[in-house]
Amino acid sequence: MDYIVQILPSILGGLKMTLGVFVLTLIGSVPLGILVSLALRSDIYLLKWVMNAYVWIMRGTPLLLQIVFVYYGLSLANIMTLPRFEAATVTFILNYTAYFAEIFRGGIQSIPDGQYDGAKVLGLSKLQTMRKIVLPQVLKIVMPSVGNEVVNLVKDSSLVYVIGLGDLMRAGNIAASRDVTLIPYLLVGLVYLVLIAIATIVQRRMERKMNYYR
Amino acid sequence: MLEIKNLAKAFDERVIFKDMDLTINDGEVLSIVGPSGIGKTTFLRILAGLLPADRGELILNNEPLNISGDRQGAQVGVIFQDFNLFPQYTVKENITLAPQLVKKMTKNEANSNAEELLNNLGLTEQTNQYPFQLSGGQKQRVAIARALAMKPGILAYDEPTSGLDAGSTDRVIKVIQHLKEQGVTQLIVTHDLPFAQAVADQTFDFGTDVSRGGSL
Ligand SMILES: Nc1ncnc2c1ncn2[C@@H]1O[C@H](COP(=O)(O)OP(=O)(O)O)[C@@H](O)[C@H]1O
Ligand SMILES: [Mg+2]
Repeated sequence: MDYIVQILPSILGGLKMTLGVFVLTLIGSVPLGILVSLALRSDIYLLKWVMNAYVWIMRGTPLLLQIVFVYYGLSLANIMTLPRFEAATVTFILNYTAYFAEIFRGGIQSIPDGQYDGAKVLGLSKLQTMRKIVLPQVLKIVMPSVGNEVVNLVKDSSLVYVIGLGDLMRAGNIAASRDVTLIPYLLVGLVYLVLIAIATIVQRRMERKMNYYR
Repeated sequence: MLEIKNLAKAFDERVIFKDMDLTINDGEVLSIVGPSGIGKTTFLRILAGLLPADRGELILNNEPLNISGDRQGAQVGVIFQDFNLFPQYTVKENITLAPQLVKKMTKNEANSNAEELLNNLGLTEQTNQYPFQLSGGQKQRVAIARALAMKPGILAYDEPTSGLDAGSTDRVIKVIQHLKEQGVTQLIVTHDLPFAQAVADQTFDFGTDVSRGGSL
């Protein structure tokens, strides 16, 4: 028990870093994901092609590789050197934007054409149709998939450890190898479980809130 | 008054109809009848501005309507076969949304307008319900109210009796007659001949009153 109290500050420090990456990624990648999903359906061929390529690369290569590439690779190639935290969050946002874009693209596709017809004969513009008719329905449809991605994001955030960011995972690792004990790992595991439990509760609430119609 | 002049439509090389000429007077109820697959919905979608025509004119109350398929505004009110109500909005919100967004009505104006329409169509009890809670006939009347809220020059229905039982069919006949008494010009596309005859002042046979085949 004393030992737990002793390592708790460093674990909490790590938690702060993990939450930072998590929150910034979510704030950045959900709206960007919506924009990219609209671009994926655009009539502008070049835009569509570029966005498809982007999604394909982001989903087709390991996130770990992307993190290492942005942090070490860009620096090695003398393109730019980003600080660790910035490198990690930028990579996470770029990666998760692609996943959210695919989820939203699927959601938008599942809205019946009749909804667009109904909006058009009432004189709504394309933008109004998207904002007031289509996206609210998409949000409800994609909620379960978005929730899954959020859970993945909590766990994926541990990957920032490879570029030396002091997240939960790293805090646990340092304590475990210094004190030769499993306890820090168990504690870190417990913190992840709590984070995911909270994310799941929030997701359920939001799903229930949107369940007022069918 | 709606004037349709020399209207024609082909999908690729296949002429669905051509040489369509028709006039609907103010406050008149006109049925367009014909068997399934003959092109009635295609015509209605052109009238609604959802599909381009290949040639011809549509003139509503002396104003030409765009026939290229990208029309602005809501000159033609449409009651779709499956209504296309917005599921996330209440009955009242379905009706007040477009007047506020498109006609820039205030919320109060749009609300009192909607309440009047709902009362007129016997839907006051459904005001705060969602589409999934309504019967087919109720959904249809909400769709009518939603279209009327934009004060269209004409109201166009696609197969209004499809999926309705006999009781609801009688009710929609009454609604159409009631709106006629209030001066609403109405166009009804249907394959249900007895219904068309029961409700219409004039019947246009889409099977024989237009040409098809050949080229445009
Ligand atoms: N978008 C389209 N592209 C090609 N053919 C179409 C399209 N829409 C309808 N058609 C064809 O046009 C014909 C008329 O269809 P429709 O207007 O729906 O008939 P109705 O409403 O009288 O039953 C049908 O043969 C249908 O297959
Ligand atoms: Mg039809």
